[in-house]
Amino acid sequence: MTAKSDLPQGTLDLLILKVAALGPVHGYAIAQRLQQVTRDVVQVPQGSLYPALHRLENRGLLAAGWKDTETGREAKFYRLTRKGRAQLEAESASWQRLTQAVGLILKLSEGGAQ
Amino acid sequence: MNWWQRLARRGKLEEQLDKEMRFHLDQHTADLIVQGHHPAEARRQARLALGGTEQVKEQCRDARGTRWLEDLWQDFRYAARALRQRPGFTAVSAVTLAIGIGASTAIFSAVNPILFEPLPYPGASRIMMIWDTFQGVRCDVTFHTYRELAARSHSFEASAALEAWQPTRTDGTSAAQPERFDGQSVSAAYFRALGVAPALGRDFQAADDRFKGPHVTILSDALWRRRFAGDSAIVGRQITLDGDLYTVIGVMPRGFDNVLAPSAELWAPLQYDAGNVTNYESGDWGHHLHMVARLRPGLGVDQARQELNAIARAKVGEFPRPPFASLEHGLLVNPLQGEVTRGVKPVLLAVIGAVVLVLLIASVNVTNLLLARGAQRRGEFSMRAALGAARSRLIRQLLTESLLLSFLGGALGMVVAELGVEALVALSPAGLPRVDAIAVNGAVFAFAFGVTALAGLLVGLIPALYASRADLVAGIQQGSRRTAGGRQWTRRALVVSEVALAIVLLVSAGLLFRSLDRLFAVPPGFDAAHLLTMQVQYNGHRFDDGDVRRRFLTQALDAARHVPGVRSAAFTSLLPLSGDQYGVYGTQFEDGNGYDVFRYVMTPGYCQTMGIALRRGRLLDEHDTSGAPPAALIGESLAKRQFPGQDPIGRRVHVGPLNRPWYAIVGVVGDVKQGSLADSQADAVYITPAQSWFADDAMSLVVRAHDDVTALAPAIKNAIWSVDKDQPIVRVATMDTLLAASASQRRFAMIVFEAFALVALLLAATGIYGVLSGNVSERMREIGVRSALGASRVDILALVVRQGMTLTGLGVAIGLGGAAAASSALVTLLFGVSRLDPLTYIGVIALAAGVSAIACWVPAWRAARVDPAITLRAE
Repeated sequence: MTAKSDLPQGTLDLLILKVAALGPVHGYAIAQRLQQVTRDVVQVPQGSLYPALHRLENRGLLAAGWKDTETGREAKFYRLTRKGRAQLEAESASWQRLTQAVGLILKLSEGGAQ
Repeated sequence: MNWWQRLARRGKLEEQLDKEMRFHLDQHTADLIVQGHHPAEARRQARLALGGTEQVKEQCRDARGTRWLEDLWQDFRYAARALRQRPGFTAVSAVTLAIGIGASTAIFSAVNPILFEPLPYPGASRIMMIWDTFQGVRCDVTFHTYRELAARSHSFEASAALEAWQPTRTDGTSAAQPERFDGQSVSAAYFRALGVAPALGRDFQAADDRFKGPHVTILSDALWRRRFAGDSAIVGRQITLDGDLYTVIGVMPRGFDNVLAPSAELWAPLQYDAGNVTNYESGDWGHHLHMVARLRPGLGVDQARQELNAIARAKVGEFPRPPFASLEHGLLVNPLQGEVTRGVKPVLLAVIGAVVLVLLIASVNVTNLLLARGAQRRGEFSMRAALGAARSRLIRQLLTESLLLSFLGGALGMVVAELGVEALVALSPAGLPRVDAIAVNGAVFAFAFGVTALAGLLVGLIPALYASRADLVAGIQQGSRRTAGGRQWTRRALVVSEVALAIVLLVSAGLLFRSLDRLFAVPPGFDAAHLLTMQVQYNGHRFDDGDVRRRFLTQALDAARHVPGVRSAAFTSLLPLSGDQYGVYGTQFEDGNGYDVFRYVMTPGYCQTMGIALRRGRLLDEHDTSGAPPAALIGESLAKRQFPGQDPIGRRVHVGPLNRPWYAIVGVVGDVKQGSLADSQADAVYITPAQSWFADDAMSLVVRAHDDVTALAPAIKNAIWSVDKDQPIVRVATMDTLLAASASQRRFAMIVFEAFALVALLLAATGIYGVLSGNVSERMREIGVRSALGASRVDILALVVRQGMTLTGLGVAIGLGGAAAASSALVTLLFGVSRLDPLTYIGVIALAAGVSAIACWVPAWRAARVDPAITLRAE
């Protein structure tokens, strides 16, 4: 097995919001989606997924409702609220700024070493 | 969903959470099966991937944000169950806390409006009282001093002078007999200085307050309702007061609290003569007016002080001053709040201190009970800790229990407080300000709530720390009783502190008790038994004539003496221990020496009736009439002061103005306590009405009877009314009553302290008992071994008693130190005893030792009867 990185602190919420932004989705599907998208590079602990979902619901960033899945079972579907969308935009912007800055710094120190 | 909804729908949320988890696991399992895993293996892997379902659920519950509330509710139910299981423990603890909380709440509700709440006036902190000073002692201002300050000072918005006014109303339709009211004569701006306006009609105006101005009056709400049926047509109506027609111009609002004279029910303008300034002999120059003033906004007390004292130093021609009102000693400017509470502050602070001690002792006692109970429940806590309960969780649980207990106590305490407030008001010494404002109100509830919560945390903390520290293995094992060292140590320390606190209270109560004892042992200078007193007020203008007064006195006395059962009777202008004021006058002897003395104008026979001893010369009699040479008696202390080693008989003295004839001193009588038994000042001069030129408004009748004097009161009143039916008779009281009332403040403090000390002693005794009996239970085995090895019952008895008495001894030693320190706060309330009075301290030690010996005896007796066979077999 290849070594997987841990998810950086606070990014799980961002990822969940991003997945939920694509349309109503239940917890298991979110776990699946995250696993596929990150291609097993990042370890998404399923155990922390649900507390995160409940926390986001609690903060009004996600709204939840019970619906039938395609297989005919009732599941709890989460969708992004307007507040959640705003939060998502703000957080992705700040994430991008952060990664750019970190990238810059890394390049800079490489240049300095040469 | 808000947290409340989430909490309310907890069951449904739980169900949904479970469903969500199950869905996840099923989906994952199904996917894994599709990928080719065996169903059982697939399920196992799915579970593994999610990580313990229960942990995830627990984290989801935490994410809900209502966790603390759910726990609280759970703790609460658990605590309630735990308390219900032990009704005895719960009842004792709750009652103990109820006593502490109730007593402190009662004291708070009494003290709060007096010491802490601002006076019930807008901007109350700006209201000042202004005093003149003489030889370093403050005194009332004269009318002309007031006039000068009001005219020259710029510090005040409104200023007023005031004095007592006791008019008699004779046209009352409901009252068959003349009624005398307590009232005040005030400057026009009096109510403006307080910041209160009449609810009905108008306030006084400057035009009302001038010499020979209109007769107008403002009534209190209570008087208006009592005598005029709350009829608003009263404004503009006329009533007869002291023989003059007064127009009612206003009624004060219902809630008006007149702190300067709480009993005053009506007011009239002062109407002094501002013109006759240089007549220094006139009453306008008498030091008998209070002065109250309201500071301008933004001005400090210090600025006003500076301004007034600058005025005092800079005399101007427009305002001449006689030597006795020269203002050269400076003026005092003090906030009204402090003035109102001045006399009672030491008592109230002492009482607050006492109740804090009681609360502490009650809390310590309950702490001890909880510790003992914690020891019994060690197994339970060890088990919970072993099952994974965090220490913080256990502490929270125990604190919930102690809080529930204290709120139980607090609820009971409110009943105690309610009763306590009633008792306090009933006991409250005369002169306690703002008694009407004493009630269990919102502030009091808030206080009680705070104290209750604090007590709950306080009593719970140490036991919770101990219980949660439980050593797992030792706790679960049956033999845990053998290891209780630290807890025992804490419990003993708590008992020692309880005893120490109780000692402080006992010593204080003892000192106050001894003071009162000493005080009543002071000879008042007369024989107080079988003496009835009443005050007769002259009513109407015909009494402006001195001859009419004297004729009335003679006739009334004659009538009173003929009432069956009366041995003798006399009138006096100044009655000892009655609170009579305005009886102090300046005297001057031939050598120019002068003293302030009590001036008694009394009918011949007064000294015999009162039982005042004659030391030298003769008493005054019927021959000392207006035609005879003026004669006076002087008190013993004045004689010693002015004529040390000489015979005062035949010397001469001026009483009051110097332009009156000399009085020849014909006798010396024993000293009489005038203000209170604690007074040292007793200089006195006695003259007869026939040779007096003073216009006293009221005279007190003293009657000595053969036995029951109270029964004579109606007959004597009728006898006086048979002479003149319009004379109001007030303040009917036996001299014994007056004597007791003169010490009412001390008595109040003593009763409160005695009650508290008794409670403290009982609590401390139960504390000792509790610790010892807990100790005996825990040491059953040891005691069994000892007696198996040959220790006699007496040995075992001594073992336990010694342990208890050691704790008592330590507590007493610490308590005595504390008491010696605390007693310095009581000094102003003590009389005739040192605050380190050995007798009190020894008595308290004996009492504490006796009570704790009893408390030790019961557990010791139980220990001595331990059957070694049984205890050892139980192991």
